[in-house]
Amino acid sequence: MALEKPYLDVPGTIIFDAEQSRKGYWLNQFCVSLMKAENRARFKADERAYLDEWPMSEEQKQAVLARDLNWCMRTGGNIYFLARIGATDGLSFQQMAGSMTGMSEDEYRAMMVAGGRSPEGNRYLGEDGDAQPQHQPQGQRAGKEL
Amino acid sequence: MARITASVYTSHVPAIGAAMDLGKTHEPYWQPMFAGYEFSRQWLRDNTPDVILMVYNDHATAFSLDMIPTFALGTAAQYQPADEGWGPRPVPTVFGHPQLASHIAQSVIQQDFDLTIVNKMDVDHGLTVPLSLMCGEKDPKRDAWPCPVIPLAVNVVQYPVPSGQRCLNLGRAIRKAVESYDEDLKVQVWGTGGMSHQLQGARAGLINKAWDNRFLDLLVENPVGLSQVPHIEYVREAGSEGIELVMWLIARGAMADVDQARALPKVLHRFYHVPASNTAVGHLILENPA
Repeated sequence: MALEKPYLDVPGTIIFDAEQSRKGYWLNQFCVSLMKAENRARFKADERAYLDEWPMSEEQKQAVLARDLNWCMRTGGNIYFLARIGATDGLSFQQMAGSMTGMSEDEYRAMMVAGGRSPEGNRYLGEDGDAQPQHQPQGQRAGKEL
Repeated sequence: MARITASVYTSHVPAIGAAMDLGKTHEPYWQPMFAGYEFSRQWLRDNTPDVILMVYNDHATAFSLDMIPTFALGTAAQYQPADEGWGPRPVPTVFGHPQLASHIAQSVIQQDFDLTIVNKMDVDHGLTVPLSLMCGEKDPKRDAWPCPVIPLAVNVVQYPVPSGQRCLNLGRAIRKAVESYDEDLKVQVWGTGGMSHQLQGARAGLINKAWDNRFLDLLVENPVGLSQVPHIEYVREAGSEGIELVMWLIARGAMADVDQARALPKVLHRFYHVPASNTAVGHLILENPA
């Protein structure tokens, strides 16, 4: 019997389950390595060479080099792990989370100060909230070349 | 006999630690959030326990994908603040309580909970930020935290995380374990993390004040009912990382009323604020009636 996965219809959300964990094992372990200062320095000195030390897929490496966290997550990355890349770049968690929305940093911060993103329309795929695929990308960049 | 006197609940947002470490607590953005902990700091000074059992989640720090324990209890003598990628937080070493921790481990495993025993690990913001919030700034060299801390790390990173009911029951088992310890110790159980937030994807930044406040109501008044809420409701209503809130049910399960026909705990303090970085901040202090 297939496993029950009721979380597959939450818009803009990838639940890090065993399947994602298996896909993302080496990507996430690479992220863990960045908890050592000397590894952060080595990564920053030559990102490609450092990534090539890990048995990650080429797509995972490209996603890291592009600093595209949504892409990283689609290949099995988990945000708690991916945060090590942002930390290496000197980013705050808010900057990292905001980078996944298509909004500018200022737009995202302003949304949070105004009380955050509403759950209305954002609970199920097919509703009409701002996190739904038909409204991506969000923010002032919506409809523009990203 | 050791006894659980009170439980404390608080979010453990990393940016709160950064705001304290960088001296930003009086900035207009942060001041209202820290004001919500002024009562708590005085209360903790007046009611310092002998031991804190801290329920928190490790954020891919001590536990990578190499090992993912559902419940991991620290029995070490000390724990160093972790380097999460920005360098370690400049806060004091966390001292444990190996004797009580080992006793809890033995008792809780005999009550059919499989705990992973941890004798060596670093602790991340999930554990140090609640200490900072409740104790204020501490110099890593001159100061110490006010009492030993037993870390209980709960997996909320890789799905599935433990159910609310299992968490509540673990709290019950912890209370029995503490009450069977001979030394006369006052123990507080702290549940940390959560309130609504989502850190990932196009839905990042989700905040659901109504759901959060309902959670706080139910946590006080009907923890057994709250323990039946399925994970998917946390995800839909409070965001994918709002699932951290199941940990609060462990602390709540450790309060005396859950198994005994006793009055509800006294709500000494309740606070809610939006935003801190990406999340809502929730905070409660509950005290067992004497």
